[in-house]
Amino acid sequence: MNALLDVQALEAFYGRTKALHGVSFSMATGGITTILGANGAGKTTTLRAISRMVRTTGTIRFEGEALERRATEDVVQLGIAHAPEGRGTFVHLTVEENLRLGAWGRRERGNLKDDFERVFGYFPVLHERRRQAAGTLSGGEQQMLAVARALMLRPRLLLLDEPSLGLAPLVVREIFRILRTINQTGVSILLVEQNAALALDLADHVFLLETGRVVMEGPSDVLRKDDAIRRAYLGY
Amino acid sequence: MSIARLPRVAGLLALLLAACALPLMLSNFRLFQFSQVYIYAIAILGLNMLTGYNGQFSLGHGAFYAIGAYVSAIMMDRWNISYGWTIPVAGVLCLIVGFLFGLPALRLEGLYLALATFSLALAVPQILKYFEHWTGGSQGIVLSKPNAPFGLPLNPDQWLYFVTLSVLVLLFWLGANLLRGRVGRAIVAIRDNHIAAEAMGVNTALYKSLVFGVSAAYTGVAGALSACVIAYVAPDSFNVFLSVTLLIGSVIGGLASISGAVFGALFIQFVPNWAQDISKAAPWAIFGVFLIGFMYLMPFGIAGAIRLLWIRATRSRVQQKERSVVPSQAHTTT
Amino acid sequence: MDILIQQVVSGLATGGIYASLALALVMIYQATDVVNFAQGELAMFATYICWSLINAGLPYWVAFLSTLAIAFVGGVVIERVVIRPVENAPILSIVMVTLGLLVICNSVAGWIWTYLQKPFPSPFSANPIKVGNVVFGAHDLGEIEVTMLVLLCIYLFFRFTPLGLAMRAAAHNPVSSRLVGIRVGWMLALGWGLAAVFGAVAGMMVAPVLTLEPNLMGGVQIYAFAAATLGGFTSPGGAVLGGFIVGVVENLVGTYVSFIGTELKFTVALAMIIVVLLVRPTGLFGTTVVKRV
Repeated sequence: MNALLDVQALEAFYGRTKALHGVSFSMATGGITTILGANGAGKTTTLRAISRMVRTTGTIRFEGEALERRATEDVVQLGIAHAPEGRGTFVHLTVEENLRLGAWGRRERGNLKDDFERVFGYFPVLHERRRQAAGTLSGGEQQMLAVARALMLRPRLLLLDEPSLGLAPLVVREIFRILRTINQTGVSILLVEQNAALALDLADHVFLLETGRVVMEGPSDVLRKDDAIRRAYLGY
Repeated sequence: MSIARLPRVAGLLALLLAACALPLMLSNFRLFQFSQVYIYAIAILGLNMLTGYNGQFSLGHGAFYAIGAYVSAIMMDRWNISYGWTIPVAGVLCLIVGFLFGLPALRLEGLYLALATFSLALAVPQILKYFEHWTGGSQGIVLSKPNAPFGLPLNPDQWLYFVTLSVLVLLFWLGANLLRGRVGRAIVAIRDNHIAAEAMGVNTALYKSLVFGVSAAYTGVAGALSACVIAYVAPDSFNVFLSVTLLIGSVIGGLASISGAVFGALFIQFVPNWAQDISKAAPWAIFGVFLIGFMYLMPFGIAGAIRLLWIRATRSRVQQKERSVVPSQAHTTT
Repeated sequence: MDILIQQVVSGLATGGIYASLALALVMIYQATDVVNFAQGELAMFATYICWSLINAGLPYWVAFLSTLAIAFVGGVVIERVVIRPVENAPILSIVMVTLGLLVICNSVAGWIWTYLQKPFPSPFSANPIKVGNVVFGAHDLGEIEVTMLVLLCIYLFFRFTPLGLAMRAAAHNPVSSRLVGIRVGWMLALGWGLAAVFGAVAGMMVAPVLTLEPNLMGGVQIYAFAAATLGGFTSPGGAVLGGFIVGVVENLVGTYVSFIGTELKFTVALAMIIVVLLVRPTGLFGTTVVKRV
């Protein structure tokens, strides 16, 4: 299999504390992969490792290119967009400015008009709010903005960290519906999620992280039926 | 006293002995310089309490230094009061002034407080010139150095050296007890998170004003000592550069550390002299290079660097035991 | 009344200088929480470079613009070479490095150009301009124009260019900025470059009034610091307005309150600012940063 992203023996450190203990996985082009796990399992750290925001050992390859020695800014230029935990919105700037910044790191800096149209098509509410400071948006709107901003990069891989956090169920369902549409346009998605039921519905492949290690993996259809998963993460 | 503290106490005693032996080896001028170091150290410890331990910035401690110096000088000059009495009076007066200044300063944080204190430092020389009758205007007040009492076989410089050394030891001992105890923890808690400190029952306002007062008192005592040692006060020796120099000493030595005050004092006393020796044409450029160089090598000050080395040394032993492969990273404490 | 207008205008002229330098301070502060104590001295140094260029025979405005370019490059280089090694150090340690820069600039300028005062040319005519009964100094008016022009340029740059946007983003939220691919380190360096440009403008505009010497900017920097504090260190617009307010207040206090005179007006101006701060502890336009406990 020609993997889009291939991670081998990944260890990550915060200061002297080890947060990942040899994580290995790979994901195929075009899919949606989700990383499940409890708090502190290392889900966010895995994403941060890919974006080079944490010190690591091991290898991370994106379309065959090694990421370990790159800076965060350079990883972005390869086409990896990261909507971080807490959304990372520029609260002082307007929605439109936030979106413009999303396109900063891409190689072809050409016309932004199409991109604006596309993301406003997904999230019409952002169009209404485009002149408003991002800090004045509701939580759901901010999450939409985070996804929209990531899309402005025209990414090949989208890293999403807990897009459902703190949002009303209806809003979450809406966002996840749009994520599927986005995926159908050819953007691969790596999703970190605590809401396992939603994540299993959306994803085609699942990794289960426990205390910094991958303990289980497989197609989501299969894992959904796994008893352990059901009891621990789905609650029925 | 616990056994663990013995080496530390022994080390301090050895240092004290060495300090007492200095007058036997050094010329009067060198001795005068060391008196000056002790005086700066007292002032910097005062500043450390405020800025390092309590997180309140002051760019104006030169003002308290000046007040201390003038209180002492005026008492000696006008009322013929013995220098020994002027020093505590200067301290108490600065305690009050500092406390009162600390009250409105409660409303200000960070830069805004820095500006307020900075204005104080700017104002003081001008105010001193304004009250010419008391202060002698820009001419200042010339004093005479006191002789050693009880017929001790010491010349005035040697005697003043021992006076400053004793005051230094006394104030550092008091300071260490204050900062390492309950009060010290409250002071640091306020710096780190004043809302949480308040929630724990610390009276933030009272503590902050008190720290301001005590800090000013230390610096005022230092000023009074400097009036005795230099035997001269003039407004222009207490300009803003004095305040900035004290802050440099504080950061170079290591904020929020007691020993750091001494290191910082050594730096601000001797490095300008070295700079002068290296280049007569642009000595301050050399000083600037030293300053930047020190910050590159020891971003947490000299005391911070020593602490770091100590941690590394003890940790590497532990690591050899554990055979851990974790690369050690500088762990920072303030 | 005529005197009042005259004094206000000349206050605005000096205020513009404080505003430029205050803006320089705020730019660096917003991005890094560092107050650059060397800002004034860098400006002084740039002014000396302009003086040398003019002495070498360049026309004033050519020298002026070349100086701006040199100041920009100088600012960028200083950030990359001198500040970068300590970027992760505690704030006060970085402030110490800028203090080191201050004394180095001052000392080296004195060494190269001596401490003798040098007359510095003004590009504006020496004849005063009369409007009705009121007489304005041509340099005062020119100064206001130049500062306004610079401020306008900078506003347009930050408001409408992608680079300006990226610089604002980097200052407000460095982590997210890196996640969209902005090179935050370089944005900081550009910020230093721009700040050096504002400083240079302030220096070249104030030098004809104060005459050029290595301590040219000492007083100006203190006022600029006061202006930035008054306006709020978190608000560029506030800092600019603070600069103008400080300039006018300083001038009026010196003119109308006779017992204060020039000696104490410094102190009085600062004292007034502190009174303002006691009422509004984060400056007139500053915002309180809400911290989580």
